[in-house]
Amino acid sequence: MTMRPTLAVWKFASCDGCQLGILDLEDELLSLVGAVQIASFTEMTSAVIDGPYDVSLVEGSITTPDDADRILAVREASGLLVTIGACATAGGIQALRNYADVGEYTSTVYAHPEYITTLAESSPISSYVKVDFELRGCPINRYQIVEVVTALLAGRRPVIPGYSVCEECKMAGNLCVLVAHGTACLGPVTRAGCGALCPAVNRGCYGCFGPADTTNTASLARRLTELGTSERGISRLFRTFNSAATEFSKESLEHDA
Amino acid sequence: MTPSGDSANRAIDVHGLARVEGEGSLHVAVRDGVLERVELEIFEPPRFFEAFLVGRGHEEPPDITARICGICPVAYQMSACAAIEDACGVQVPAEVGRLRRLLYCGEWIQSHALHIYLLHAPDFFGCRDAVELAGLNPAAVERGLRIKKVGNQLMEVVGGRAIHPVNVRIGGFYRAPSREEITALIEPLKKAREESLETIRFVATFDFPDIEADYRFVALSHPDHYAIEAGRIMSSDGIDATPMEFAAISVEEHVQRSSALHARLRGRDPYLTGPLARYALNQATLPQTARDAAAEAGLGPVCRNPFKSVIVRAVELYFACDEAVRLAEEYEPFEPAAVPVPPQAGTGAGATEAPRGMLLQRYELSADGTIKSARIMPPTSQNQLSIESDIRQVVEAGLDLSDAELTARCELAVRNHDPCISCAAHFLDVSIDRS
Ligand code: SF4
Repeated sequence: MTMRPTLAVWKFASCDGCQLGILDLEDELLSLVGAVQIASFTEMTSAVIDGPYDVSLVEGSITTPDDADRILAVREASGLLVTIGACATAGGIQALRNYADVGEYTSTVYAHPEYITTLAESSPISSYVKVDFELRGCPINRYQIVEVVTALLAGRRPVIPGYSVCEECKMAGNLCVLVAHGTACLGPVTRAGCGALCPAVNRGCYGCFGPADTTNTASLARRLTELGTSERGISRLFRTFNSAATEFSKESLEHDA
Repeated sequence: MTPSGDSANRAIDVHGLARVEGEGSLHVAVRDGVLERVELEIFEPPRFFEAFLVGRGHEEPPDITARICGICPVAYQMSACAAIEDACGVQVPAEVGRLRRLLYCGEWIQSHALHIYLLHAPDFFGCRDAVELAGLNPAAVERGLRIKKVGNQLMEVVGGRAIHPVNVRIGGFYRAPSREEITALIEPLKKAREESLETIRFVATFDFPDIEADYRFVALSHPDHYAIEAGRIMSSDGIDATPMEFAAISVEEHVQRSSALHARLRGRDPYLTGPLARYALNQATLPQTARDAAAEAGLGPVCRNPFKSVIVRAVELYFACDEAVRLAEEYEPFEPAAVPVPPQAGTGAGATEAPRGMLLQRYELSADGTIKSARIMPPTSQNQLSIESDIRQVVEAGLDLSDAELTARCELAVRNHDPCISCAAHFLDVSIDRS
């Protein structure tokens, strides 16, 4: 029993949705917590075991000076560090502040901006520390957590696709919404992993898994223009859930009105 | 936890008040045997949703605001849709309303099952988590996980995904599910309904501290059914308002050292939203079977004991399963799945009942649909002052308890209201100072 590897889950700026995915593994949860020792996971347990931890799962982005320090301590205490979700791997939706003046944002939301300490940018974990593996998605696909934890414990590389949603969409047998309906869709440039959920409900992909391994955002943007999407529409499409991911950020700036 | 001092002047610090959604802290100070101060602080890093919504399009809030909270994304999506539709003067057809309600039942089922079994029940058994509880009572935890899973399945079928559903849009849905997809849910939902009756019996046996609070209740109310996705906002002291009117009489205060705003009604005391409020104001609209189950569990028409909120939550869990069965049985696919919502200049508000309380959003749009201002009132920022006053009562009634017992009871008093700190901004750290 004492040989069970320890697993810790950490939260930074986020919505809790990615870690909730772990609790949503209803069929696997009790065997998962049997295979590892949960050493820290505040959403689930008040028990805390001191580090070091064999594997740390990190949700959320870095947005405050305190969190910038805390992630260094987490890295220090962790054998392997895996980021989970768009917040942790690409700054998340809160990275929209990176395109604005945070001082103005603070006074829009808070009556006393002087009580709020915040950084100008929302940054992915990898801007601060070395990350061993990244899981994408807003939220992550919970089965990818099972794969990553199982693979890391077995000492092999996790099998997580780097190809695009388009491929996943074909495999799912969906009708292509872009070709058939002229719907704006980020599938060609977005990383697979969700199971092509949006096209399955006749909707264009909105890119919540971030850029695929290889992307041609410019050519997709040209196609979207032909389909009648406005410049502002294209910019927003690339600038929502993964706006700080390099490829998406670049393309959104190209179309910034 | 770091207890110190004698029993008249004590200091307790607990780092890591667990099993709530988000991070924050609770500070309690007792001096000369008298409670001096209770502060619930919320330290979720600010994410500035109200700010970055400005300049976005009117069709975007359902997807964007969902990301405020992974535990109640449907609540955010539904309140956002209602607010934007209100601003644009659009009324969705009845079949859209029914499918929204069905989706929302999924969120109530998954969130209530999560809270009852994984977050709240362990406290009543002195366990640190559901895994420990599973060691004592595996059947209960497995039952909780089974019920929760059905809620998630329902959200996956109707919403396309359980966390941050993709099928919701202003005006309705991207695709109405087929009859077969919905029919396949009926049997699992009936099973979950059975198991939620067992849940009510299970939680009714817990040992509850004997405390009653003098709450001012606020909830959405609907004449025809237990309000979830639509209704007027009512209170136990006579408020009867549209979401727009309610937004106008509520104020949010920003207190030091917190990234959440506290909501209050102008010139009135704090109020409570959530299961206790809904049950007190709307229990007459619960189906007879749910009322019978509540009576059997010992609930009267109003429950003012915050610890017993777990029973009310179980009754609502039963209700949500029952309602989902009914809606699924009556479901007919419809076309188009959404009505157009052409933008117009104006202001609109929408309120719905998130599992943990009322969630209100208000938007101001320009003629082309660009958002000019956004306001979001999550349940936890509305409940925060009532939670603090619960804790005051718990501490005053428990000054003779040991630090460890008192701390545990304070933590439980926070969990009673299933606060979502990611919503209110984020929390998790208790300190009791008796010096
Ligand atoms: S990536 Fe999305 S789902 Fe995950 S924590 Fe961030 S906002 Fe929530």
